Amino acid sequence: MNLILISLAVLGVTGLVAAVLLYFVAQKFKVEEDPRIDEVQEALPGANCGGCGFAGCRAFAESCVKADSLDGLLCPVGGAPTMKTVGEILGMAVGNIDPKVAVVRCNGTCEARPKTSTYDGAKSCQILHNCYVGESACPFGCLGCGDCVAACEFDAIYMNPETGLPEVDDEKCTSCGKCVKACPRNIIELRKKGPKSRRMVVMCVNKDKGAVARKACTNACIGCSKCQKVCEFDAITIENNLAYIDYNKCRLCRKCEDACPTGAIHAVNFPPRKPKAEAPAAPKAAPANNATQPLNNTKQNGEEVKA
Amino acid sequence: MKATFRIGGVHPHDNKQYSVHQPITECPLPAKAIIPLVQHIGAPAQAVVEKGQKVKVGELIAKAGGFVSANIHAPFSGTITKIDTTIDAWGMKMPAIFMDVEGDEWLETIDRSKDIVRKLDYDPKAIIDKVQEAGIVGLGGACFPTHVKLLPPPGKTAEVLIVNGVECEPYLTCDHQLMLEHGEEIIIGIQLLMRALNIEKAIIGIEANKPDAIKHMTALASKVLGIEVKALKLKYPQGGEKQLIDACIRRQVPSGALPIEVGAVVDNVATIYAVYEAVQKNKPLISRVMTVTGKSLAKPGNYDVRFGTPLTEVVALAGGVPEDTGKVIGGGPMMGRAMSNIDMPSNKRVSGLLFLPEAESLRQEITNCVRCGKCIGACPMGLEPWLLSKQAWHSMWDEMEDHNIMDCIECGCCQFTCPSHLPLLDYVRMGKAKVGGIIRARQAANK
Repeated sequence: MNLILISLAVLGVTGLVAAVLLYFVAQKFKVEEDPRIDEVQEALPGANCGGCGFAGCRAFAESCVKADSLDGLLCPVGGAPTMKTVGEILGMAVGNIDPKVAVVRCNGTCEARPKTSTYDGAKSCQILHNCYVGESACPFGCLGCGDCVAACEFDAIYMNPETGLPEVDDEKCTSCGKCVKACPRNIIELRKKGPKSRRMVVMCVNKDKGAVARKACTNACIGCSKCQKVCEFDAITIENNLAYIDYNKCRLCRKCEDACPTGAIHAVNFPPRKPKAEAPAAPKAAPANNATQPLNNTKQNGEEVKA
Repeated sequence: MKATFRIGGVHPHDNKQYSVHQPITECPLPAKAIIPLVQHIGAPAQAVVEKGQKVKVGELIAKAGGFVSANIHAPFSGTITKIDTTIDAWGMKMPAIFMDVEGDEWLETIDRSKDIVRKLDYDPKAIIDKVQEAGIVGLGGACFPTHVKLLPPPGKTAEVLIVNGVECEPYLTCDHQLMLEHGEEIIIGIQLLMRALNIEKAIIGIEANKPDAIKHMTALASKVLGIEVKALKLKYPQGGEKQLIDACIRRQVPSGALPIEVGAVVDNVATIYAVYEAVQKNKPLISRVMTVTGKSLAKPGNYDVRFGTPLTEVVALAGGVPEDTGKVIGGGPMMGRAMSNIDMPSNKRVSGLLFLPEAESLRQEITNCVRCGKCIGACPMGLEPWLLSKQAWHSMWDEMEDHNIMDCIECGCCQFTCPSHLPLLDYVRMGKAKVGGIIRARQAANK
């Protein structure tokens, strides 16, 4: 009995001393932390993907709290709604945020881009890219080993076995940019998602002269500048035999799509074209609040149009 | 007991029977030639000719683009048609000079006779200048400009010249044949380099599977003071610079250092033959002997090909592409690279063309790493390929650098020996390229 009492007393006293000691130490070495950091972190998706450019959600929250304004700080995963919440917590205004989406700018399908050799090395685009031009003759196009698919943490990109090209699921894509970094050929670009997920894209990055590009792939952009001529909004630039559509200037009139002789320009997520009379119903009124858009494209996604 | 290097190594079947002892045949001149401007390690050469200009064989057509670079001379006489880009064997663009071949008119200064010139009393500087002027690069495969090796950095001195007659790469026989046919010239070339480096000792390393070459070279070397022929035990990659130094003089080059650190300069027999021709015959490097071989090839052999000749013409000479070909490799099967087309012009880099039948060219099914450690035992640089390949897979570049990835010589022993057929070298090589880029960026930033 005595033994138990003694042990209890010793332990109790030790515990008490330690508690008192810890209390004073905690007071002395207290780290002052802005409680808003926790609040902001709570509002973030918590994916720790690094798409914002910081080491994780906590680091992003810290820099949000420290920053004077939220310009240039964006959680691509959460997008506008998340940034709005963060802005409310911190009492700062959030600018207009256009949701973005990863776009694979290559349409060198199996038919358009015949195989010239067979690669049987390690299945990695990076390795293949270091080795040689790839299985087709196009030195710019998709290699098809799926480094982007492996890099995606949101399961938003997958290989289409028919075309041999990766495809992005607009709904799942958070535009974190990991696939952009993973692609050794810089084919993937983060582009404005566009109203109702509708957008115009030059699906080619081949900088070769027209004839060379065409020889390697019948769907290649040949830099003929026909699209540039029909564009009324100066959205298209031609550089190094390659057209590029500025997504901030593009008004989705679809004229360039019709003008393109090789079909390199794709109109994505547009409804199927009606008979000619009431043709391009270009949605001129860009919606004021893009944040609501991702919800809408559930319906749109099913009817993806490929030119 | 014959000497060999001490760490790692593998024993692939040498398969030299197809083209061994085939006399060196000159490849006929093509009608049109494309001469690449990048035929060496280092800066690309700068073209010094213009469209429409007429050139003779041996005329300078492109100047070295820096210290680590090499001159390029006209391998043919004719008219320059354009300076443009062409597609190499891997589908990538490279700058090149295009020319129409007209006749075979040589510069008068070049001695085209077959007589052997034995004059040796040159000034060392004059020999090095001649080597540099002639655009000589290491013909063993790496194509490192030779004059750079002959000028040791301050504070370092060369003690011994090691001549690489190993040809450890399976299938290739061009160096073997060169030693048999031009042994005497090679010995004179060695003497010239010994003079240029101011050293008294040279060792010719030859693997034991070439007994006739060993005998021939020993007989020739016995007449000259300081040159010794060393028969080496068969083991791949004995032709690697650092492995050969270890095999010949039992010295190990420290990690990240050059052979000059242990007082050695290594040159291939083909390079030395080019040195002989440059110094004694005034002939720049315009051709090389390459082996065209394969199990089903009609006429495998050793061909003397001028740079710029389309490889298709060389292949036609050897009997055309065999029907069962599954893979064409530029170089040997261990270090060579599979080619996606053979329209490329020949150049200083291509030491051989190997046609593998389809059945032999496919990779075997990949299974999981069984942690057997064979790759570690096979690595001649003492690295851990299984670990490096995993690190490359996970993009762990800093860790790869700590594990001395830059020491890898890309010999492929690890992948050759792997019982699970893992693509170890693919990943290691990719990691090496990445880490190399990071190191160069860091050095540039620190400057």
